[in-house]
Order: sequence, then structure tokens, then C-alpha cells
Amino acid sequence: MDATADIAQHTKPVGAGASPKRSSKLARREATWGYIFISPWLLGFLLFTLLPTIATIIFTFTDMKLEFAKASFIGFANYELLFRDSQVWSSLLVTIKFGLISLPVAIFAPLLLGLLMNSKNLFGKPFFRTGFYFPYIIPFVAAIFVWAAMLNPETGWINMFLERIGIQNPPNWVNDTTWVYPALVIIGIWGIGNAFLINLASLQGVPTELYDAAKIDGAGAWSTFWNVTFPMISPVIFYNLILVVVGLFQYFTVPLVLNQGTGAPGGATMFYNLYLYKNFFVFQNMAYGATLAWFLFLIILATTMVLFWTQRFWVYYPTGDRK
Amino acid sequence: MATTTIDSTTTSLEGRRTQKRAVNWRGIWGKVIATTVALILLFLFLVPLAYMVLTSLKSMDQMTEPGAPIYPAVPETWTDPETEKVYPVYIVPMENGRTEDLALVKKGRKQSEFIDPKDPAAGPIQWEGSWRALDRPWEWSPTWQNYVDAWTQINFGRLFLNTVAIAAIGIVGTLLSCIVVAYGFSRFRFPGRNALFTLLIATIFLPSAVTIVPTFAFFNLIGWVGTWLPLTVPHFFANAYNVFLLRQYFMTIPMEIDEAAAMDGASPLRILMSIIVPMSTPVIVAVALFHLVFAWNDFFAPLIYLSTKPDLQPIAVGLSRFNGIYGTNPPLIQAAALMASLLPIILFFMSQRVFMQGVVVTGVEK
Repeated sequence: MDATADIAQHTKPVGAGASPKRSSKLARREATWGYIFISPWLLGFLLFTLLPTIATIIFTFTDMKLEFAKASFIGFANYELLFRDSQVWSSLLVTIKFGLISLPVAIFAPLLLGLLMNSKNLFGKPFFRTGFYFPYIIPFVAAIFVWAAMLNPETGWINMFLERIGIQNPPNWVNDTTWVYPALVIIGIWGIGNAFLINLASLQGVPTELYDAAKIDGAGAWSTFWNVTFPMISPVIFYNLILVVVGLFQYFTVPLVLNQGTGAPGGATMFYNLYLYKNFFVFQNMAYGATLAWFLFLIILATTMVLFWTQRFWVYYPTGDRK
Repeated sequence: MATTTIDSTTTSLEGRRTQKRAVNWRGIWGKVIATTVALILLFLFLVPLAYMVLTSLKSMDQMTEPGAPIYPAVPETWTDPETEKVYPVYIVPMENGRTEDLALVKKGRKQSEFIDPKDPAAGPIQWEGSWRALDRPWEWSPTWQNYVDAWTQINFGRLFLNTVAIAAIGIVGTLLSCIVVAYGFSRFRFPGRNALFTLLIATIFLPSAVTIVPTFAFFNLIGWVGTWLPLTVPHFFANAYNVFLLRQYFMTIPMEIDEAAAMDGASPLRILMSIIVPMSTPVIVAVALFHLVFAWNDFFAPLIYLSTKPDLQPIAVGLSRFNGIYGTNPPLIQAAALMASLLPIILFFMSQRVFMQGVVVTGVEK
């Protein structure tokens, strides 16, 4: 994992000023203190990450309902069920379909907004920065209500506006099997605040000398962006990309709040993670829920590994000594 | 490690240099266009807030009335002072080409009788035409009652206190655990430190779906489902974002200060409490705020752990339940959504600098 390895590299300077010839007794004491201080996390990692992950794998081979004590091992039956279950594949398809619509917005909207906010032509930057960021802190469920109401075909402002400018049959948004995906993207738009702020800060971190050099070389606006700005901010874009992809595979809160997870209209919002949630929580079938979760994890792992591999083609790390 | 400041004024030396020479029309147009585009985008981005505020003040009658204005209003009426009867007022086109606001006293298919509210003594006015085709004048009239109704029906006071309590316990847990873990990672050398830190950061990318089923089964087994414990106890075991944020800050505090204190015989715990923590107030405030916003937003965990205990639920879950019951009453929903958003918004505007700085550090410095 390149991005995380990069983080670790920067941890070296700590205590570099101390003498290298310290007695081993002192070093051992320091190490003991170190382990003591990080022990809450070590314990938490063990309890809430490592053991549950292993348990998930074990569950997939059982017929567990709610209590593990009453379960027995049934081999690969859950996996056989998973591959025969048409709901798995249709919900995965829904997730991928929505992901492909949502991903470009989740990456480019914060980036373009960041570029605009970083423009030397913009007046009142602090005002705009706060304005675009602050809806992010509005509670998610409240934001869903507001945007869903805006998109209401009868009483919402969006269709009122579309009708006013002469569009005869404005979309039926969340009630339409096609328009529901753009509608979900719009409903989640306030969520770009964090990515926008991170993009903006990384744009501001690009050294001015590089822009001056590009100017001397006679580079135009596009060429400057492509050869200077983009490489310099590519690690941050990559970081956002990974978070967005991992998040999109697990997407389901909005449909759950919007229509209580019925999948309406016509199963168009039956996302994979919603199906998983229903199996383990509503139907209380832990074994099958775990199987769905494990399968999702493998898909996410494979996708992120591919993305980590593509880094070498488009992500630039200034240290340069990367294999 | 240098901290990236968000508010840069890198507004280029270039701009200033050219301004000195002559009026730079191209530069001025660039500024006008960029600022206008930003204003339009910001307007579109924030217009739902106006919808939320205006709708929360509307009456349910107005929502279903065609031709009603977008601001909270009621159609005008006229009360006959003699009979105390209330008549609707309509905008009536008169023969002289003007329109007048008249009260409809007698409805007819082809001809109706109106009274001028400004001059009732003049007697009824006959008007030819269908009154159904007429518009009504509206007057500004906010329905504050929506907030009272939303507050009582959603049991907002209880939800609010639940959220504050869950958030407060979580803040204590997050601060206690993340501060010591960040201190361990930033000040002590021990075998495997870099590998462990990488592992910690990698958990940011771990899909929560992979742990949720056994975690739920485990909390169910030990009888924690239906209590606040699954929402509070795990925060006493640190998390990657906040440890990273605190560690970055601790590393800017010179080691010499610790070493001097150690010479004087201060224990590592004492150095943490009397040197590191007092010097890190801004970042500690940021972590506390992040956790509060997180707890205010947290939906999925309280949903699965408190689904049978409405009295223990926090705001996000209560609000979504409310939508299921009152989904057909937009003013009430918007009033509830606005009330739920108020505290995070106020806290954000009180501390936006600290807040946004923290977001930047966790996102950019890697």
C-alpha cells in the first residue's frame, strides 16, 4: 500500500536528535512506554477490527442465525446460495450503476470547486470557502430531507424551476427508475465539502515557484494544469478516490432513509449493502449476512488493489524513489 | 512538519505587477467572471437552506394550494363586521382594466357577488365570469406552530439530550484514548512502530461492512443491544483520523521540552499531562468538535443497536422515524430537520477556523 507506506516514511524524524548510543536499557524502557501508550488502540484494533474480520470468515461457513452457540458448520452452502441468489447480482449491478454515475461527481465536483476557489481571480475567498464547506456539517438525515423535498415533483423547487424555464415534462426523480440515480447524486451533493476543502488546501500547497517556472517556459493554462498542478495534487486526488470508491460500494444510507429500504422504485435502490443489511439485521441471518459482507470486502479489496496499481501511471510522489 | 494553512493569499505577485502599469481590463473581466460564477454556484448550493426555512414556516393548506407563493403566507380573507362571517378575497379584474381585491360573498357559475373590503358600505358588486378562474392575494404569515408541533411530536427534547449525552461520552473516550495513542506514536521509539502506524492508517480504508455482522452478534451476545454501550465504549479505543491529527500536532512541539522535563524527573505520563496537552488546545478542541459532528450524524449504528428503544435514540434516527410517520407533511419535516441542524451549524460558525484546519491536516498531510 503505497499511500500508507508514504505516511510511515514521515514518521522517522521523531526523536532523531537523541544520541544513537543510548543504553539498551533506556531503549527498552522507551519501547515499553510506547507500547503502553498505544495499547488502547492495539486492544481496540484486536477487538473491533481483527477479531470481527476473522469471525466474519468463520460465520460464512455456518448456518448461524442470531446466536453463534446454536450454529453448526455447513461448509460452502452459503457461498453456493450467494452465487445462485439473483438479488445479489441485481443489487451489485445497482451499486455499480450508481457508482459509475456518482464517482465522476464525487471526484470532479470538489476538484473543480477547489480550482475555482484557488483562482487568483476570485474575490472574497474565505466567504466562498465557508459557504461551500458548511452544508457538510448539516446532519446527513436532515440534508436528505431537504434535498428530497427540493426534488419532490409536485412541491419541490427544482421542478418548479424547470417548468418555469419551459421544460414540459420534468423528471419524476426518486420515483423514476432512471432518474433516481441522478436524484441520489443531487441528494448527496452537500457531502462534497470535505473533499473540496482537502483539494483546495493541496492546491494552495503547490509551490509558487513551479507556476513561475511554467510561465517562463511559456506554458498555457491547460498545460500548466496538466504538467504542474495535477501531478502535485494527484496524491490527494488518489486518497479521495480510494475513500469514495470504498464508500460507494457500501452506499445505502440515503435509500434507507428515503424509502425505508424497500428498494423503490422497482428495486432501483436495492443496493448491495442494503441487501446485506436486510439479511443480517431484518431477517437476522448472520451467516448469510457475513457471506455477503465477506464477498463485498473481497470486491472492494480487488478494486482498491487495482487502483493502487494504477498509481504508477498518474500519481506523483515527490520523493521519487518509488519502485 | 509544516502545517498547511487554508487561507492563503497567494493572489499572485503577477496581478499586482500588472495593475501598476495600467488598468488591466482582461484581469478585471477575469475577476468579474470568476466571482460571478462562484456566486451563482454558491446560490444553487445553498438554495435548499432557503427552502428548508421557508417551508418550515408554511401551513399545510398552503402546500396543497396551487398558485401559492414560495414564502409562508395565507390567502387574504375579509370578515363582515356585522355578521362576523369570513369571506375569501380574490383578485378581480374590473371593467376599467384595473384589478381590485374583493371579497366573494355569493358564488355563482357565471356571475358572482363581491364586496369591496375597503368600502363595504357601497354594497355588493356584481361581476360576470367564473370566480374559480380568479387568483387570490396572499399575505406573509409564518406558521410558527410547526416548530411547536415538530418539537412535541418527535419528542425533540429527549432526542436532543440523548444525542448530547452519547456525544459527550464519546468525546471523553475519543480524547482520552486518541491523545495517549498519538503521544505513543509521536514520542517513543519501539520495534514495529512504523508498521503499526501504517496499519492504523490503513483502517481508514477498511470497509465497515466486513466487521459489522460479528460486532452486532457480539454486542447482542453480551446484552449490549438496546443500550448506549455499543455507541460509546468503542470510542475509548482510539481511531485513525483523530490519532493522526493529534500526532501531527504533537510532532510540532519540540522534543527538547520533553527532554528537559524528563531530566527533572517527570514521568512520561506527567510530561503528557503538563506539557503536551496544555500546548495542544486547538487540536484537542478540533477533535472534540469532529466527534460531536460525527455523533450528531451517526445513523447506522444507533439504528441497529437502538431500533427497539425509541427513548434512547439520538436525533438522526428519531428524525428518520419521523419522516416515516409524517412524510406527507413537508412543513413539519423541514421544521424538524432545521431544529436538528441548528447546534452543529452554530458550533461550526463559532469555531470554523479550528474545524477546517483539522479537516485539512487529516486529508492533505501524508
